[in-house]
Amino acid sequence: MKYVIIGNSTAAIGCVEGIRQVDNEGNITLISNEPYHTYSRPLISYLLYGKTDEERMKYRPDSFYKDNDCTLLAGKTVTSIDPKGKNVLLDDGEKIPYDKLLVATGSRPFIPPIEGLDTVTQKFTFMSLDDAKALEKALTPETKVMIMGAGLIGLKCAEGIAHLVKSITVVDLADRILPSVLDGEGASIVQKHLESQNISFILSDSVQSFAENQATLASGQKVSFDVLVVAVGVRPNTGLVSEAGGKVNRGIVIDEKCRTSLPNVYAAGDCVESHDITIDENRILALLPNAYIQGETAGINMAGGEKTYDSAIPMNAVGFFGLHVITAGSYDGEKTVTCVDGRYKKLIVKDGVLKGYIMVGDVRRAGIYTSLIRNRTPLDSIDFDLMKENPQLMAFSRKERRKMLGVS
Amino acid sequence: MKKVYVDEKWCLGCHLCEYNCAFANSGCSDMVKALKDIEINPRIRIEERGDVHFAVNCRHCEEPLCVKGCISGALSIQDGAVFVDQEKCVGCYTCILSCPYGAIMPAENGVVQKCELCIENSCGTPACVAGCPNNAIIFAEEAGA
Repeated sequence: MKYVIIGNSTAAIGCVEGIRQVDNEGNITLISNEPYHTYSRPLISYLLYGKTDEERMKYRPDSFYKDNDCTLLAGKTVTSIDPKGKNVLLDDGEKIPYDKLLVATGSRPFIPPIEGLDTVTQKFTFMSLDDAKALEKALTPETKVMIMGAGLIGLKCAEGIAHLVKSITVVDLADRILPSVLDGEGASIVQKHLESQNISFILSDSVQSFAENQATLASGQKVSFDVLVVAVGVRPNTGLVSEAGGKVNRGIVIDEKCRTSLPNVYAAGDCVESHDITIDENRILALLPNAYIQGETAGINMAGGEKTYDSAIPMNAVGFFGLHVITAGSYDGEKTVTCVDGRYKKLIVKDGVLKGYIMVGDVRRAGIYTSLIRNRTPLDSIDFDLMKENPQLMAFSRKERRKMLGVS
Repeated sequence: MKKVYVDEKWCLGCHLCEYNCAFANSGCSDMVKALKDIEINPRIRIEERGDVHFAVNCRHCEEPLCVKGCISGALSIQDGAVFVDQEKCVGCYTCILSCPYGAIMPAENGVVQKCELCIENSCGTPACVAGCPNNAIIFAEEAGA
């Protein structure tokens, strides 16, 4: 059996580990347009912050490809998939045949069409190791940085480089930071914390035009900068599948086994649409844990095993300068809010189950809440009043607890 | 493989497991030096309410969501047990977001810690089990194993 994986990041590695749970014989080839051993993409901000280094940010040990008996073609780009001929074409003209193919092409930064953006000489995105290295080179203690986008990527970038530069200004069209993750109250706590670290914000505003080192905002305000980071969002890399005739909406369409509409072609990670069980809709969930589980699911199925993944939910854990935020699920429903000493918690209940939560400051044992969402646990089967106080196993019945902790 | 199991009907709520855990993972050979005047941060924790008490630590799940979701590759499975490489961990807390038992917690050094069955420290066998005065925590083979 010949397995080919386009990609070398989380979903691709999950796929290798999934295949090897079932098949120790088949040939696995990974094709990556980056010239690196697999590394953790979200760690690039920690790299600049100084909390990790290139060696430690390897996502798997040096011996990974050897241990799993697979071949990495690094620095090669796949230009097309031929699902009938069952091969992929590389940019150097080589054809690589497959029996089963995984598309784990991830996503790319979205560059908004803004007048004058091409006149900005020092502009960067923040998705890859090369992005981080290039950005770091451009920074000095005198650098004024402007970051477009107050989402996870923009703010982790800000945290990573704050100690290297003179000032950071973050601009976002939304009225709060982390708009896709936090509500207003949670966002304002995190914003104050970031402001105390010399990061300033201009919200509910957007860049109208650039002229070299100056941005003119919709409000008329002008912001001058030395270095610009564009972090307004990402777009899934779906082109290879759509050009081969596979079904693509906003992301590549897959089923519970991570199969695309093309025969023998699977897809996983940031390039696909996932089914978010908290809203019962398909959406892009560009999250590392989701990418791993999809990749692993695909790998097991590619190798002839049986695996379904049907419990995807949005979830994020992120910290800024020691302040931690954990969120999961969706926020439409009845809300319970507690806020004590800068620790903020909101639980969202709908249809008798926990749909989502936000925790800022105190995030201990958050996963107990996550599992209520993922398992759609009926709240009348637990002591939810107790659970609301703190995530705890005490809120489950003695019988449930025995299943969790006892010798079954 | 052998894992730590808890039977709440025998738990006295004495918290000795927490102290034994903290000591076992302190790197000290003197329990007084290791624990005196220190707020302990053990990897096993007692939950208690009224007359119900029980200890909670890592279940070493067969399909550990913490390992699958770990963004740095710091968490891994070795011979069925889940370990954290604190050198690789960056303290993002995705594992705290993922663990259904609330059994992974922040360590003092900005990373996370968890029960590693005392395999990595000098005990070699779980200190919480060895020190439990009422056999409420046991070290046993998985059912069906």
